[in-house]
Amino acid sequence: MSLKILVPIKRVVDYAVKIRVKGDKSGVETANVKMSMNPFDEIAVEEAIRIKEKGLAKEIVAVSMGPKTAQESIRTSIAMGADKGIHVETSAELQPLSVAKLLKELVDKEKPNLIILGKQAIDDDCNQTAQMLAGLLNWPQATFASKVDIKDDKVHVTREIDGGLETLSMKLPAVISCDLRLNEPRYAKLQNIMKSKKAELKVETPEGLKVDITSNLKTISVEEPPKRSGGAKVENVEKVVEALKKHALI
Amino acid sequence: MIRKLISNQKNVTIIKNGIKRYSSSSTSFIRPITTLTEEEQLLKESISNYANEKIRPLVKDMDEKSELDKGLLKELFDMNLMGIEISEEYGGAGMNFMSAIIAIEELAKIDPAISVIVDVQNTLVNNCITRYGNTEQKKKYLPMLARNTVGSFCLSEAGSGSDAFALSTRAQQQSDGTFILNGTKQWITNAKEAGIFIIMANVDPSQGYKGITAFIVESNNPGLKIGKKEDKLGIRASSTCEVILDNCIVKETDILGQLGKGYKIAIEGLNEGRIGIAAQMLGLAEGVYESTLPYLMERKQFGKPISEFQGMQFTYADLAIDIEAGKLLTYNAARLQEAGLPFVTEASMAKLHCSRVAEKASSACISMLGGVGFTKEFPAEKFFRDSKVGQIYEGTSNIQLQTIAKAIIKKFKQ
Repeated sequence: MSLKILVPIKRVVDYAVKIRVKGDKSGVETANVKMSMNPFDEIAVEEAIRIKEKGLAKEIVAVSMGPKTAQESIRTSIAMGADKGIHVETSAELQPLSVAKLLKELVDKEKPNLIILGKQAIDDDCNQTAQMLAGLLNWPQATFASKVDIKDDKVHVTREIDGGLETLSMKLPAVISCDLRLNEPRYAKLQNIMKSKKAELKVETPEGLKVDITSNLKTISVEEPPKRSGGAKVENVEKVVEALKKHALI
Repeated sequence: MIRKLISNQKNVTIIKNGIKRYSSSSTSFIRPITTLTEEEQLLKESISNYANEKIRPLVKDMDEKSELDKGLLKELFDMNLMGIEISEEYGGAGMNFMSAIIAIEELAKIDPAISVIVDVQNTLVNNCITRYGNTEQKKKYLPMLARNTVGSFCLSEAGSGSDAFALSTRAQQQSDGTFILNGTKQWITNAKEAGIFIIMANVDPSQGYKGITAFIVESNNPGLKIGKKEDKLGIRASSTCEVILDNCIVKETDILGQLGKGYKIAIEGLNEGRIGIAAQMLGLAEGVYESTLPYLMERKQFGKPISEFQGMQFTYADLAIDIEAGKLLTYNAARLQEAGLPFVTEASMAKLHCSRVAEKASSACISMLGGVGFTKEFPAEKFFRDSKVGQIYEGTSNIQLQTIAKAIIKKFKQ
């Protein structure tokens, strides 16, 4: 079996950066802020590479959407081991449904038999794209994967659920969204960094793909969580109980 | 004449974002010296992540035990960090010199000891084999160096430090053409882990420095033994040992470069090496600075963060300038090397300045941190210990000043 795997990735504010809200409350400050690949998407890229290393896949295509800088994340995934990239260039703010629609168009063109993506992006925490895409494609889906096993034309996915672990069996083609414990992404080898420059990177646009990306949502205001007001010290257990009762917590 | 020259140029003034930009041709701007290519940027990020996530947790333990983590060395090879400039046909990454410099800098931000392992391998050993090795030697040794074998550069001896040409290790040619090496090399970086040694020995002391010859010796040669491992002040995770040559037999084909031309390798090989050490010391200064500043923003005394006191501000602003200057010197020296332009003086300047800044910055950071800076809870004290060697190895500070002075004399003496 020789799969073609599509890995959609998102470029987000680096997880280690202290998030600041823009002065006009229109969103989060991204100017002069360190950006990286969404950590869940890194896990998705890693999983695709491992499947390829097992000899089960022939090609990994990394897809990212957004301004030109999104290409940096595509290059990063190629440096990790993906084969080529597609960049859907747009300056518009994309909602999960628009992303899923754009991906569907790319799937129709590229004809992958497996799509692996992060379960959510750490910037908006939406956790919707994978599910919407599976719906639009009418493909089976397994979300929050913690283990992926491909045998014959079936893929077994273990998922972490409240009650423990659940294992699903799906026919290919399918959509898988990754959880944190699926794998530990590798660091780019220097040889692959050199190759990443030469790898093919196709550029598409929402217009070219004939997808309406108009958003039905409007952001009214983005604000920081309220600052924690200082607590008070109490002398003994009685005082603690008293305070808890006063605030109706017990 | 000048007027004519000016009128001949395609001078263009471009206004972008309200800022006037002047360019002698409409398409090309002179980029800042700190500009990195896309690959260099990717490399920098990848190594920075790796160093922060994988090396950082091991630093304290390796320093205490004075030992390199075994798994780490394998990871460095797997990432191609030990063969950055070695071409792809020999299993290396086929990157440029600047990439090696960036790697050394990024690693030193977290651990200058790991940084020097990568530095010596790339800027010294790999460089010497690539430049002076013949086709057979390159075919044999470069894939080893790129994939799994550490290399050591053996020049110093008990009686020959700054006075490198005074080395007393002898290489005596036998009637069958082989050489027998005898002598003891001192303070050899990475010797404990090394599988390949570049050994400087004199084939004919009556010829003085023109008898010095470089030999490639492998660690499985029964005549080569690793002696005492030094217990050092800093860069403790990187081994520094004696290398003892006791009737070590090598073939004529193991000569690196030419017979009697080892002195050239000893001198020229260290030129790139010095930019490497500059990068290591630059990374050290950046590392100690970046690990200290956040604390100054938080630590309160007299009712406000200590970073708001002018005495502190003047100190950390001053350090920032020193570090920036070090970066410009180092990057410029590296780009000169890449461009094939003379860079020896600039390399000396970069090495000298960065090693001074490393000591100054780490010392000042301990002072700014106060009590905690003196403890092992913060990395500043280790950076301080690691910084001292920058003024000693690959040419002491005084040797650098001499090199710089020689260039000045050449320019001004009639």
